[in-house]
Amino acid sequence: MTALTVRLRTYRPQRRYLPVLAALALLVGAYGFGAVRYPAFGSGQVVLDIFIDHAFLLVVAVGATFVILTGGIDLSVGSVAALSTMASADLLQHKGWPAYAVIPVVLALGALLGFLMGLVIHYFEIQPFIVTLAGMFLARGLCYTISTESISIDNPTYTAMAQTPITLGAGLHVSPSVVIALVVVAIAWYVLHFTRFGRTVYAVGGGERSALLMGLKVARTKVSVYTISGLCSALGGVLMAFYTLSADPLGAVGMELDAIAAVVIGGTILTGGSGYVLGTVLGVLVLGIIQTLITFDGTLSSWWTRIVIGVLLFVFIALQRLIARRAR
Amino acid sequence: MNDTAEILRMTGIRKRFPGVTALDGVDFRLFPGEVHALMGENGAGKSTLIKVLTGVEGVDAGSIELAGAAVAFAGPDQAQLAGVSTVYQEVNLCPNLSVAENILLGREPRRFGRIQWSRMRKRAEELLARLDLRIDVSAELGTLSIAVQQMVAIARALDVEARVLVLDEPTSSLDAREVEQLMAVLRALRADGMAILFVSHFIDQVFAIADRMTVLRNGKLVGEYRTSEITQVELVTKMIGKELAALDEVSERSAATGPELVATDGLARAGGIEPFSLTIRRGEVVGLAGLLGSGRTELARLLFGADHADHGTVDIDGRRVQLRSPRVAMNQGVAFCSENRKTEGLIAELTIRENIALAVQAGRGWLRPLSRRRQLELAAQYIEALDIRPADPEAVVGTLSGGNQQKVLLARWLATQPRLLILDEPTRGIDVGAKAEIQRLVATLSADGMAVLFVSAELEEVLRLSHHVAVLRDRKVVAQLANEGLTPEDIMATIADGGRS
Repeated sequence: MTALTVRLRTYRPQRRYLPVLAALALLVGAYGFGAVRYPAFGSGQVVLDIFIDHAFLLVVAVGATFVILTGGIDLSVGSVAALSTMASADLLQHKGWPAYAVIPVVLALGALLGFLMGLVIHYFEIQPFIVTLAGMFLARGLCYTISTESISIDNPTYTAMAQTPITLGAGLHVSPSVVIALVVVAIAWYVLHFTRFGRTVYAVGGGERSALLMGLKVARTKVSVYTISGLCSALGGVLMAFYTLSADPLGAVGMELDAIAAVVIGGTILTGGSGYVLGTVLGVLVLGIIQTLITFDGTLSSWWTRIVIGVLLFVFIALQRLIARRAR
Repeated sequence: MNDTAEILRMTGIRKRFPGVTALDGVDFRLFPGEVHALMGENGAGKSTLIKVLTGVEGVDAGSIELAGAAVAFAGPDQAQLAGVSTVYQEVNLCPNLSVAENILLGREPRRFGRIQWSRMRKRAEELLARLDLRIDVSAELGTLSIAVQQMVAIARALDVEARVLVLDEPTSSLDAREVEQLMAVLRALRADGMAILFVSHFIDQVFAIADRMTVLRNGKLVGEYRTSEITQVELVTKMIGKELAALDEVSERSAATGPELVATDGLARAGGIEPFSLTIRRGEVVGLAGLLGSGRTELARLLFGADHADHGTVDIDGRRVQLRSPRVAMNQGVAFCSENRKTEGLIAELTIRENIALAVQAGRGWLRPLSRRRQLELAAQYIEALDIRPADPEAVVGTLSGGNQQKVLLARWLATQPRLLILDEPTRGIDVGAKAEIQRLVATLSADGMAVLFVSAELEEVLRLSHHVAVLRDRKVVAQLANEGLTPEDIMATIADGGRS
């Protein structure tokens, strides 16, 4: 018994928080660097602007977090978001629907697309990469059937959402979209950590066969995460419409990769089972702050954002690998 | 014992897989408050019977009654709900979740859908306390030893108001002390009226714990016996179907060993094993003895280049070598059969022929493929030499029983004609017959001049085969003993006092 007890004491629980802490350190470091170099950077509004500019990405990345936690991947999120903005614009501008009817419809559309992809992935046992790649093409194609031109939106509800600032005092403000995004984050956090469904998501990521033998509802969980991802993508699309007050069939191209990058930088492991939705928030902020730093610099081309994100992804994947290896 | 009310009765169970009848009219019954052992060689149908019982597989004929009512489970979750819980040989839990979640997930305490973490931890602690295990239940399962994970799996099985507990090879990865702990738990559960179906290859354990046993052979029922009315020799005879004198006279250890083949000096890896110096001669069997987690596997992996040494040197045949990778080691004539034959050994989807040809092919490089004819020759040769069943080179390895899989893995490495064969737990989880065959094979190979490093948790086995025994404790070689009249007690004493004497 004593030998047994001794062996049990050697675990280190901090290890699983390490990638998240690394993302936090990076964020603080980048912000500190900016604040020292550019005095204007130090104002809180810069951080809030990052939230404002990336609220839709945050929502999409939260959906992607669910999928990646189960060990899957969803490449369709950008296209589904674009489809949702296009459908919103079309229904509002061309069909004259009111905003309160349009939003539920496009959300349901996104959820339905995700649900169908989830069914195919689970019941036909096809790689999620392939299924969601097909979903990505499908949704993008549907955007063009709605319109090949971009549509501008002048619906009063949408313009109100776009232009009404929520002041926080001390000259700081955020947009309503930020509030919506943070509510989504809070719900996701609660679901992942305090519900049976959330823990089953982690269990499936840890070992699908084991989860099945443990008597957990694997099928329902897998289909649900893709449904959630579709729903979040559609909501991201709605927020994008609030942000730009227009819809472009070519909008949000490559957003799936930004979302996956944010999730990975936030410490979620692509093979599933380990990660936190708060890490995803940090990941989005890291992407945002890099963009802001490069804008502040003014001399660097915006492609430097991509280069830095590329380097960061390498670093973070290497870090995860190191941690996983040490834990073995 | 009261023979009136059986909790489980299986009658005339028949199950066919393509090409093989796994179960042929098997009857089985289980009473509350008994430990019933299911015995048989590999491929006798034990695993299939358990799969049929727990709903993983359907039956082709026959009926299953639970507490008098006919049942047919569509899956493990349904069986669990009906009170039939199973702990599988390989731990089937989620390593990324906490201990508490692994025990309770799927029926965790909730209020309005919200998981009550503190109640959950408390409940998990209570369940583990029943098993006399006090650990931090919020620790990630993957950070704990296999033995503890096994206990957690049992705790999970117990939580579902189980009436029947099925344990499939629960002790194969436990060391002696942990086995004793498990036995104590089983006795306590039996006293509470639980019906326990116990599958194990360790005959001593079966005789220590089981009240009754059912013996299967080649998918057929041999008979049901009370433990008190059968001797160990009778049992083994029934399992194998013929007198097995060979088991105890496995080998005349070849007395003469040749020149030094491998010599290490201060070889070490941080966090793996402390510096050790070990020599292995041609024709010599060196045994590694030690408790689970004492560094046996780590030592073996260093010699195969699977892990990199931080310090020290290795000489093979008097020449200094850098074992940078398994490939370098293979070129030096080292072969390594991993203890983990499923994840680090065989490729379950490939056939016997393909699995056997793999290492030879790797040694030749992809530019010089082995002809199919040569592959078939190799496969046929080793299927015959090792008595692999089925004797079909195109059989898919994943469908073979454990013992036969182990033989295929051995065949793969023997086909490379190694100078040093490292065997890590080659007999774990396989039956007496196959075990004796493998032991005999090791003796023959060493007599023919092959050097063998033999790692096993079973001291008797190590002593039966080895010329020298290196004893490990806490990741350190604490003693190297010549095997002249050594007893398991000597080794235990050496482990216990850390080789000070």
